[in-house]
Amino acid sequence: MKLQELPEFKKMVRLKWRISIILTLLMLVIYFGFILLIAFNKPFLATSIGRNLTIGLPIGIGVLVSAWVLTGIYTFWANRYHDNRVNEIKKKIA
Amino acid sequence: MTSSILLQTPVQSVNVFAIIMFFVFVFITLYITWWASKRTRTSSDFYTANRNITGFQNGFALAGDYMSAASFLGIAGMVSLRGFDGLIYSIGFLVGWPLLMFLIAEPLRNLGKYTFADVIAYRFRQKPVRIASATGSLTTIAFYLIAQMVGGGSLINKLFGIPYESAVIVVGGVMITYVLFGGMLATTWVQIIKAFLLIGGATIIVILTLLHYGFNPITLCQAAVDKYSLDVVSPGSYISNPWDAISLGIALMLGTAGLPHILMRFYSVPDAKQARKSVFVATGLIGYFYILTFFIGFGAMMLVGRDAITAGGDTGGNMAALMLADATGGPGFMGIIAAVAFATILAVVAGLTLSGASTLSHDLYTSVIRKGKIDEKGEVRVAKTATLILGAVAIVLGLLFRQQNVAFMVGLAFAVAASANFPALILSITWRGYTTKGAVWSIITGVILSVVLIVLSPTIWVDLFGYDNPVFPLKNPALVSMPASFLAGYIGSLLSRDPEALIKFEEEKIRTHLGIGAH
Repeated sequence: MKLQELPEFKKMVRLKWRISIILTLLMLVIYFGFILLIAFNKPFLATSIGRNLTIGLPIGIGVLVSAWVLTGIYTFWANRYHDNRVNEIKKKIA
Repeated sequence: MTSSILLQTPVQSVNVFAIIMFFVFVFITLYITWWASKRTRTSSDFYTANRNITGFQNGFALAGDYMSAASFLGIAGMVSLRGFDGLIYSIGFLVGWPLLMFLIAEPLRNLGKYTFADVIAYRFRQKPVRIASATGSLTTIAFYLIAQMVGGGSLINKLFGIPYESAVIVVGGVMITYVLFGGMLATTWVQIIKAFLLIGGATIIVILTLLHYGFNPITLCQAAVDKYSLDVVSPGSYISNPWDAISLGIALMLGTAGLPHILMRFYSVPDAKQARKSVFVATGLIGYFYILTFFIGFGAMMLVGRDAITAGGDTGGNMAALMLADATGGPGFMGIIAAVAFATILAVVAGLTLSGASTLSHDLYTSVIRKGKIDEKGEVRVAKTATLILGAVAIVLGLLFRQQNVAFMVGLAFAVAASANFPALILSITWRGYTTKGAVWSIITGVILSVVLIVLSPTIWVDLFGYDNPVFPLKNPALVSMPASFLAGYIGSLLSRDPEALIKFEEEKIRTHLGIGAH
């Protein structure tokens, strides 16, 4: 059997892309959600949340922070689970 | 009388501090270059620092490569004059990094050797795909380089009072020295030092600013609204056309994941795990830096004031961060920040030149002209020759475009990267049915369409050529050129057969995901 047809390999690849695509979609939704608000609903971002502050500020900073958090989630998952599976498959075929 | 002396004094003392600080930086980095030159013998040393950079170090270096003087001074200035709208830009510049991590960094590290074209060309016929990828890579680098050289030249001209031409030649000369003798190892350490200085400097400016506001950024924002209006914390008129906002968003986000000098950095780490870690570190550093520039902008609008920022005719507010440094830490501190800005320009230009040289020598000369048949010594010699050529071209471009408004060129570089390099990378990594013809079509469509559309856009057709109406309505072409590139890749692949590529894709999968056989 070819290596790329090994069930473990196929499963690992499928899970890797699934995680990657889910996180990519999350980033796209967060970022383009923000851009669409700027494009079509500026008054919402100017909603007041206390003296001299708008909801746009925490949302904007939140988008910046979310980008970093998402890279953290992927790194955590990959270090904790993905690398082990890759190493198991490598050991098996060695 | 008195006021004119007051105005002159800081400028003169600034020069002294800035020049001393600048020479310290150049001395240290040249020493590092000398140290690195003894460790740079093979082509792998030259292009990748022998893949010995740690993920943490590479994270700093990536941040150093990415944070330009334009994003430091430009975004801080934009925030100081337009408030919230400046934040929109910095967000766009950050959100491409996660995509780079999830989709590209690890496969890129496992599949390639020196350039991102290695990945695209992996299973295809070398000649056409290498030429196409090199076109995408060099177009991106050329526009980015022109923007950096011209912006850097005029900035240094303003900060240090030396003539524009000398400034461009000094930047070019020092940068060539780094790359030519120290290769990737010296360039990496220049980036690390620069990132450290830039983030450290920005942190100190923010701390000194917040001392005036009880160490509370919210108080700073509230005070700014008191002084100006609620507009400073609300999205304004800067992005008025919704489609412009979306198109620019696409270019900034996907362009980040297609910048040749950023992609090249992933080969300097030992494996995919370190590549991943370096994106995590870089994203954190760049995000933190952009939050700092936001508060620097608010600090400048408060402690310097908008009238003073634009008083010298500087409508972009490019001097806002430096004026704030002067207002909070005095002329000595301002001199240090000015030198940091200078160092920033040098480092970014060095990174661009290294990646351009690798495209010329590895993708075009070695792979296309010599068909991979070249010995180790020959490849290093070619890489160094390419560095000299590209460095000279950078200087000439900097001199040629002196009087031009080049601000749009960064947007154009991102548009080409998002429309030519990114689609081809994604398709070659993920799509089994991609063919040689599809790869060439997608890249060429992306390059040509993004360049032509930006010429026809308001940015050039109206602002530069002076016509009344643009032929193409959007300021940034990515909304059209990026999907068009994917479509061209799809059609080109459907219209051709590439059985060899199909077989190689199976083998490629093992290498992509397990790193077996990776360089």
